Amino acid sequence: MSEVEETLKRIQSHKGVIGTIVVNAEGIPIRTTLDNSTTVQYAGLLHQLTMKARSTVRDIDPQNDLTFLRVRSKKHEIMVAPDKEYLLIVIQNPSE
Amino acid sequence: MEIVYVYTKKRSEFGRQCNFSDRPAELHVDILPDPSQMDNYIERNPCDNPTQCAQEMSEHEVNTERFQTETRGINHVEGGWPKDVNPQEMEQTIRYRKKVEKDENYINTVLQLGSLMEHCIKQNNAIDIYQQYFEEEEVSESAEEQPSAKTINVFRDPNEIKRTATGLSWHPDGAKKLAVAYSSLEFQRATKDMSFDSYIWDIENPDKPEMTLKPVSPLVCLEYNPKDSHVLIGGCYNGQIAYWDTRKGSQPVEMSTIEHSHRDPVYKVIWLQSKTGTDYFSASTDGNVLWWDIRKMSEPTERLILDPSKKGNLDNALGAISLEFETTMPTKFMVGTEQGQVVSCNRKAKTPAEKIVCTYSGHHGPIYALQRNPFFPKNFLTVADWTARIWSEEIKESSIMWTKYHMTYLTDGCWSPVRPAVFFTTRMDGTLDVWDLLFKQNDPTLSLKVCDESLYSLRLQDNGRFLACGSQLGTTTLLEISPGLCTLQRNEKALATAMFERETKREKILEARHREMRLKERSRSEQGKEEEMKDMDMEESSEDLVAQAEKEFFEVVEFELKKREREEEKSQNKADKEKEISEEKEAQD
Repeated sequence: MSEVEETLKRIQSHKGVIGTIVVNAEGIPIRTTLDNSTTVQYAGLLHQLTMKARSTVRDIDPQNDLTFLRVRSKKHEIMVAPDKEYLLIVIQNPSE
Repeated sequence: MEIVYVYTKKRSEFGRQCNFSDRPAELHVDILPDPSQMDNYIERNPCDNPTQCAQEMSEHEVNTERFQTETRGINHVEGGWPKDVNPQEMEQTIRYRKKVEKDENYINTVLQLGSLMEHCIKQNNAIDIYQQYFEEEEVSESAEEQPSAKTINVFRDPNEIKRTATGLSWHPDGAKKLAVAYSSLEFQRATKDMSFDSYIWDIENPDKPEMTLKPVSPLVCLEYNPKDSHVLIGGCYNGQIAYWDTRKGSQPVEMSTIEHSHRDPVYKVIWLQSKTGTDYFSASTDGNVLWWDIRKMSEPTERLILDPSKKGNLDNALGAISLEFETTMPTKFMVGTEQGQVVSCNRKAKTPAEKIVCTYSGHHGPIYALQRNPFFPKNFLTVADWTARIWSEEIKESSIMWTKYHMTYLTDGCWSPVRPAVFFTTRMDGTLDVWDLLFKQNDPTLSLKVCDESLYSLRLQDNGRFLACGSQLGTTTLLEISPGLCTLQRNEKALATAMFERETKREKILEARHREMRLKERSRSEQGKEEEMKDMDMEESSEDLVAQAEKEFFEVVEFELKKREREEEKSQNKADKEKEISEEKEAQD
């Protein structure tokens, strides 16, 4: 448990990291450093996107699987690390 | 071949019931093979017979009934909380969360994902992969294209006897029309049959001029009024000036009176910038520059005689061949003369003597074109004899830049209205030169042979893209210039400014040096004169010198005479002696 804390704290302390969210398969945010409404929005939207990305990768090659998803936008980068049950979402501003 | 079987039936038998009966076959027609028909045919051997062995397929189209779809979004407020947990209640959610966090699967997953995520975060922080290199450098311009000019249209003089296209003027709005003045400038070449007409052409239609202008005498120059596009003025070969209104027809609306006009062909007319938009001035080789108002063509409003000695003496006057007027400087104007000088004048001066401000000399022949640079009014271009020169107003002794001496005369030139360092010149061998001073200064950037006869006039449209040049046989060619030569390059203004300033400075330094040298010489010659004066005091005055010279002369003459006498005596004595000897001999004999 403390390792989890440590890991999440470490991630959050990196340069440019704006927020961290851990979401489960049902879309419930387990841990978050952002406010609730933002968290819920991110959780719902990114969950769908990750599912779509994963299905795309697997359609092209069924042996393949999605390991990481990065969405770079003008303002920041959203990084999603998917797992079977959980989703780790980090929002970072790389140019800072 | 028709096969016909005729049968007859009695009328009373019509409609009777059918009684069928058997009957043996009857031969009705027997067509035997006719071998002679074979002659109409040729046996074909071999025969091409295509076959295909493929799956038979057929194509069908089916259209199902339309299925209506609609896109709707769902606002996921709070996700998938299990039934027993009420999302609104903080306690329950917190408890649920804590439960999940204790799950071993969760811990492992988060640790694993965390390390993966950290890797990416660090990657991001290490290098910004979307960093813009060379941000200041703009997208490089479209690949450096060769400067070129393309002929779009050629307008020929419709008359049989071809005259030179001496003047060109673009229509001020939109430049869809071009007015061309035709005349014959060669001395007394104009035949009786030569037409006096000048034409206005529509650039889309080169076959027939849009409008004819019929002056009393051929037009040497022609200008549209920049403020009123229906009005044109033209300077005639006989010195008169006429003005037309294109709405009113081909005949001039009014002409200037002969007594008050020029005595030589009017080489240039330019419209002035005034409130009424009806003022213009004209120049001619008779030495006069006259100002006129369209509304009163009976006599000029003002007159200036181009006398360099500033006395207003017409005999001394220089003949004017070109005029220059910049609307940004309404009181100053410049005149290019036949003698090769450019005279800069001030219109607002009080006395005629002050009107002529200064002259610039340096050309060997008449100055056919004179124009200020539209971006740098202090510098102007003159085209004359075999060169084109660029001058700075401040330096009066010589031009700041000049082209090399060409093989043929240069006849006309002008600056590009869009690029400050580009100008065009036309030559007597029919070549059009485009000079880009920022690219190459020794040679023209583009040299284009437009026609075989000499080109006489040149005019650019205001957008700098199209130019028209008129030739000796009255052929006006419309050219389109490549975009590279008519779009302002970046830094061009700064570079051109620097270049002109540099050349001006160089000339200034040279001028200063010349002045110094002249001063030195003068002071030296003055010193020399003083020394001579001292010597002369010791000797006799000039009259005594003359007397002495005479004396010496006569002495020498007398000496020579005496010498000759002596020699004659000698020869006489010799002859006498010989006589005596011969007499003696005779005596002896």
